[in-house]
Amino acid sequence: MSVWLLLAINSVTLGGLLFLLSAGFSLIFGLMKIPNLTHGSFFMLGAYLATSLIAHGFGFWTAAVAAGLLVAVLGGLVERLILRRLAGAELAQVLVTLGLSFMIADVCLMVWTGDPIRVDTPPALRGATLVLGLGFPLYRLAVSLVAVLFAAALWLLLDRTRLGAMIRAGVDDAAMARVVGIRVSRLFTVVFCLGAWLAGFAGVIGGPILSVYPGLDQEMLPLALVVVILGGSGSLVGSLVGSFVVGFLYNFGQAMLPELAYVVLFLPMLLVLVVRPQGLFGRQAV
Amino acid sequence: MKRVTLASALAILATLPLWIGSTYYVNIATQILFYAIFALAVNVLAGYAGLVSLGHAGLFGIAAYAAAKLLAGGHGHAVVVGGGLAVTVAAAAAFAVLALRGTGLGFVMITVALGQIVWGVAYRWISLTNGDNGISIASRPRPFGLSLASPHGFYWATLVVFLLAALSMAVLVASPFGASVRGTRDQPRRMNALGYHVWMIRFLAFLVSGFWTGVAGVLYLYYNQFVSPQAVALAASAEALLMVIAGGTGTLLGPIAGAALVVVMKNVASAYIERWNFVLGAIFVAIVVFMPEGLVPGTARLARWATSAWRTRVTREARVA
Repeated sequence: MSVWLLLAINSVTLGGLLFLLSAGFSLIFGLMKIPNLTHGSFFMLGAYLATSLIAHGFGFWTAAVAAGLLVAVLGGLVERLILRRLAGAELAQVLVTLGLSFMIADVCLMVWTGDPIRVDTPPALRGATLVLGLGFPLYRLAVSLVAVLFAAALWLLLDRTRLGAMIRAGVDDAAMARVVGIRVSRLFTVVFCLGAWLAGFAGVIGGPILSVYPGLDQEMLPLALVVVILGGSGSLVGSLVGSFVVGFLYNFGQAMLPELAYVVLFLPMLLVLVVRPQGLFGRQAV
Repeated sequence: MKRVTLASALAILATLPLWIGSTYYVNIATQILFYAIFALAVNVLAGYAGLVSLGHAGLFGIAAYAAAKLLAGGHGHAVVVGGGLAVTVAAAAAFAVLALRGTGLGFVMITVALGQIVWGVAYRWISLTNGDNGISIASRPRPFGLSLASPHGFYWATLVVFLLAALSMAVLVASPFGASVRGTRDQPRRMNALGYHVWMIRFLAFLVSGFWTGVAGVLYLYYNQFVSPQAVALAASAEALLMVIAGGTGTLLGPIAGAALVVVMKNVASAYIERWNFVLGAIFVAIVVFMPEGLVPGTARLARWATSAWRTRVTREARVA
């Protein structure tokens, strides 16, 4: 019984991390129509940067926010200096993000070597708490809580603010949004930085669970892709549902079919593609 | 003129091992040839059908793994090659059915995911694929009693297959089917209105691409006598696409030149620096930003521009004189 419970908690935690990763991916894809293949690299780079910041004496959460900011700055530079120059050439943009992901991965390998680095759990969140006589690992609960808070904050941002309304307008019809005076290209930068920040931050808080190692980027990117294909691009609810579906499948798959866990993940994606190619909550075909 | 160029190119290729010297260079030439087949296969989709696949290393790997498994099962080389190709074409059909649910960027994303599934199987399903350790094979085939064990023998065998591939591509591109594939790239709705079955044309193009990808994969296996998840990684798909884009999409010569460029760069770069992936990424970015139409058309454009500039200058000087 407690094994299943533990698996469920792990699934929720992974789902939360994936939500942070894929919400940005989904927004970028929805607004800019770019599958940002550097997104996994942002995740990994954030985690690596945080390990260095922590080694220099910063606290865990400060390091998480700061590493996210550094990644966001990088994301902003990528958007303004490279992607902007290729506006309209979507395929070129995809290829550039892919090329950048290789470069980032190689730089990480050079700077942080090939050995996996463990990120220590913040001291206050070590151990477990007893709820209803069952032990819950504190840190995983905290990660789930953070993910829920961010989901709520993102929803408020998108649904209740002027900026959110502009982003939604851009997702629905960028050309029309421009006509009514929204500066869509500025939104691109904002959303790209926000997505990069979320990915970098997710990488850091995922650190104590996943640790950081070369290839983490290539492992997380397909998960984000699956979430977005499942949930539909540009949809926050879609990302949320997709993330938890993938989180559960991955953990339960790994427990029951360890060799095939990675494949089991893709089955619902295939199903959705056949039945509803625009994704569960998507409004237009991807 | 064109025939002379073609004939001399053929003569150079056929006699290459005799004058190039070291077997190291013969091996590099062999690699260029089978990667060129791979690039030509990717080009069928990326260039002519306008469908950019980032999962083709998956098909390439399926061919290599299927052949390796068949060989390990004690089958003869004819069964190994035939079976490997059959499995690959079947896998390509499955890939196509799923990936063609989307076009444009949707297609790209689905092929990335499909390629990663194959990678996951190769890497994690250890009882089937031996995981990270990969599978080694003992021998190369002896078609018609000719030994392919030496680098020279294998080069010539690869050259024959490469010429067949290039020839069939040339025929395909010039055929009505090739024209309809290009039609679905440029004007899918108009093609549909004209009564063409757009989906079926794309599906068939995918199968052709899958078949030649499988051929390249089997050659890769026989060349290295080894296959590991590295052959299936996203970086391998990206490399193949880079060959096509570097050379110029939608041309016959482009992918071949691109394959040569990437293989040479890779070997040169890995001799001097460890960071091949960084170089790969940097070339990608540079080509996309500065020469988006590819090196072959890009150079052709520069050459045209240079000659026309030179001509106008000559005429102007003549007029002044």
